[in-house]
Amino acid sequence: MEFFERFAIPHPSPMIYASMVAIGLTVIAIIAGLTYFKKWGYLWREWLTTVDHKKIGIMYIISALLMLFRGGADAVMMRLQTSVPDNTFLDAQHYNEVFTTHGVVMIIFMAMAFIIGLMNFIVPLQIGARDVAFPRLNAISFWLYFAGAMLFNISFVIGGSPDAGWTNYYPLANNEFSPSVGVNYYNWALQISGIGTLITGINFIATILKMRAPGMKLMKMPMFTWTALITNLIIVFAFPVLTVAILMGTLDRQFATNFFTTTAGGSDMMWANLFWFWGHPEVYILILPAFGIYSEIIATFSQRNLYGYKSMVGSIVIISTLSFLVWVHHFFTMGQGALTNSIFSITTMAIAVPTGIKIFNWLLTMWKGKIRFTVPMLYSVGFIPLFTIGGVTGVMLAMASADYQYHNTMFLVAHFHNTIIPGVVFAMIAGLTYWWPKMFGFMLNEKIGKWGFWFMTIGFCFAFFPMYITGLDGQARRMYTYSEASGFGPLNMLSFFGAGLMAISFIIIVYNIYYSFRYSPRNVGDDPWNARSLEWATHNPVPEYNFAIAPQVKSSEAFWDYKKNGHQLFKGDIKDIHMPNNSGQPIIMAGLFFIFGFSFVFYIWAGVIISGIGILACLVYRSFEKDDGHHIHVQEIKETEEKFGGAKK
Amino acid sequence: MKLKLVLLSLVFTITTVLTGCESILVLDPKGPQAETTANVIWISIITMSFVVITVMVLLIIVLLRYRASKQPDDYEPPHIEGNPIVEGIIVGVPILIVAFLSVVSVQSLYKVEATPEGYEDQEPLTIYASSSNWKWHFSYPEQDIETVNYVFIPTDRAVEFKLYSYGPITSFWIPQLAGQKYAMADMVTTINLAAEAPGDYMGRNANFSGEGFAQMKFNVTALSPDEFDTWVEEIKSTAKPLTEEKFNELLEPGHLGQLTFTGTHLGFSPPPEMKMEDMNMEDMEDMENMEDMH
Ligand code: HEM
Ligand SMILES: [Cu+2]
Repeated sequence: MEFFERFAIPHPSPMIYASMVAIGLTVIAIIAGLTYFKKWGYLWREWLTTVDHKKIGIMYIISALLMLFRGGADAVMMRLQTSVPDNTFLDAQHYNEVFTTHGVVMIIFMAMAFIIGLMNFIVPLQIGARDVAFPRLNAISFWLYFAGAMLFNISFVIGGSPDAGWTNYYPLANNEFSPSVGVNYYNWALQISGIGTLITGINFIATILKMRAPGMKLMKMPMFTWTALITNLIIVFAFPVLTVAILMGTLDRQFATNFFTTTAGGSDMMWANLFWFWGHPEVYILILPAFGIYSEIIATFSQRNLYGYKSMVGSIVIISTLSFLVWVHHFFTMGQGALTNSIFSITTMAIAVPTGIKIFNWLLTMWKGKIRFTVPMLYSVGFIPLFTIGGVTGVMLAMASADYQYHNTMFLVAHFHNTIIPGVVFAMIAGLTYWWPKMFGFMLNEKIGKWGFWFMTIGFCFAFFPMYITGLDGQARRMYTYSEASGFGPLNMLSFFGAGLMAISFIIIVYNIYYSFRYSPRNVGDDPWNARSLEWATHNPVPEYNFAIAPQVKSSEAFWDYKKNGHQLFKGDIKDIHMPNNSGQPIIMAGLFFIFGFSFVFYIWAGVIISGIGILACLVYRSFEKDDGHHIHVQEIKETEEKFGGAKK
Repeated sequence: MKLKLVLLSLVFTITTVLTGCESILVLDPKGPQAETTANVIWISIITMSFVVITVMVLLIIVLLRYRASKQPDDYEPPHIEGNPIVEGIIVGVPILIVAFLSVVSVQSLYKVEATPEGYEDQEPLTIYASSSNWKWHFSYPEQDIETVNYVFIPTDRAVEFKLYSYGPITSFWIPQLAGQKYAMADMVTTINLAAEAPGDYMGRNANFSGEGFAQMKFNVTALSPDEFDTWVEEIKSTAKPLTEEKFNELLEPGHLGQLTFTGTHLGFSPPPEMKMEDMNMEDMEDMENMEDMH
């Protein structure tokens, strides 16, 4: 392809031009607004250079919400296109780009980011730490993620989006069949944000293993922290596989190697294996923290301790191990024969056992409880039956002989949305609502929140249940259209209707944030939910140093002990607190990574070399930098604590 | 009242879905392989409904009985760590269910991978099905004919499709006759099936393969063996021969409609050498050992 052809505007249509103008105007508006209100300094000092885990968590969540809207717009476009037979709203190529973008954005840049954002905010608080183990690295993780996300998101106006599916199978993804720069974007965006994720994994393992409050043995950690620990272990084992696979793909596309070619000794099947060796653990990276969130919420609003704590821990450990032993179930149909498929069929079904244990433990937690139906609890209660349906359809897919019929159909699409939406998305919203007062010191409106919940749940059922039927009726996934004679029309229209309800629900949720920001009372106190775990033992919103005095813990429900059993959490006097300094390096380095990735996508070697040298220079500079952090002095801590109505004892 | 309504609508949906099954392709099999998978699907649906209903019933009971609004203000929920018997049940029952389904899964797998039941002593009809962007080529080596985007097969005869691809990975699927199998450029895979009722069946590529994917369908017609033979004769006397030049033209990306030729491309453009079976020598040996044991 000619050099300049690569930059061509894909699908030159009014819609694309309108979005380009909209992007331009938004950027100008933001810049003008910041300048007019003189907020540049504030933004730089307080947010862009921060190393505070709480602020980084909030930035992750804001970015994830933006990505949710990007991915959601894609989803509505797809459902609109397929709502009636032979529709021409999108053409095949455009539809292919839209579903590829949707998959990548939702999994990598939305769900992962949201979950990591919540982990960032909550885990250090739940273990009574001042921050994560490596605060500077944490900022680098975030900014690398952000750079990757931005790189991915500009693809649809500069050069064209990837169009080989989020699974990006070779040889479809090689230069012959995907000649545009789309798959290069896929490679570099995932590579850059993947490095960030891997760093997060290491950071959180170190944090959870080394920085727990005195008395908090491993078996006394709150359940969300347990799931975070296991999730980050999975990240550390799984992400390097993705890194290497994507590197091989990049070499194939940009340096003419033959890793995934079908000739010259390459193997397209190797990509499928490597991708899913990462990909299956990836879905558990998403769902385990969600399980942790539900465990916290269900215990709090049943006003009971979590039933079967030990078996909960045991089951997540077993799930994490099994999640590395099932990847072949994503391509039972590759022809490996009955024996291989039998083995992977059984390992896959085995995952249902620990998952089932967890479902029953949640039910037993509510047993003899005193259940309050707040918004977070509604999502958790909705999660149980809906996720069960997703789980059992997973077991159906795991029966390999039957999977020959489900594979690549709408049935599969229904399955994984049935696990990811009630599983992960519900958990995100429930967790955000639950911890919102911790983050901002006021509550989200319950009434509006409940409207959001009902729209979401009913919309979900309408959007995805029909797909089980059309899948069994022969509707393959990823078809941009179908004929009238196929008879898929009415059920697809129903799906579109459901998608519409879900879109309304997201709008309601955003409106709720706006409404509560303006009208919610600010003096909610430190324990608005009558909660149980340690993060609630400090103030709302959390002061910079988290806890004035490091807490002493004797169970997984330290705050409950403090409230009900007279356990003394904070012993001793307030002392100076040592905190890390802010730094502009992470965002600068991520900016260089962005240029590096962008240049690589378009084969601009000068850009690659210059930004590459820049990245190395940052690393060298950091190695020789002396930065001992700073102290928050007793006087200042006391003043802050006074503002919250005195230090806790 | 509300509950009744819910129950009523539940019964209503279930009956409509069940009566609708007649026309749902996968659940309306026309051959032994698809019948095996349809049975597996029914067994799993029934077992899994049991699981879903149990969870829902328990959830409803718990929510109704332990709502805060149903309880005295001073009720303090107890602290319960766990109970070995209860936990034994919630581990044990899922294990039993999974064990049962594993047996069904493994047995049916060996069944659908083998020559269809009842046709073992028959020489199967071999057809090479290869995909290119975005069409299917069917080569009949015995009959020495080739078709594009449609395939005729005799009823009540084992048919062995040998699959490979001139491009992206595709997935060969005739829902009413058998489940899918990938067609790949570096390997030949096999689907065994048989049609037991004459008729036209929908076949398609189920694996996304680029721009023309949605239209990458083919038509399967099952005819009585006599009619099949007549059809072959007819083609031999009417169709033009397939030349290498013509075949390369066919491989160009695009859609073609249905075409018919005498001769096949197997001679000048042979299928990939490697067979999945060679890769799985160990599987094969294990299978042989198992047979020896009988
Ligand atoms: C009981 C637990 C589960 C079982 C037995 C199970 C089983 C399966 C199987 C066998 C497939 C492959 C089907 C095919 O391609 O033909 C699959 C696909 C998938 N599952 Fe699950 N699953 C389970 C839970 C989950 C969870 C918790 C998630 C996510 C949070 C999830 C997300 C997915 C995704 C994203 C795919 C396919 C993606 C794609 O092909 O694009 N599953 N599952
Ligand atoms: Cu999987």
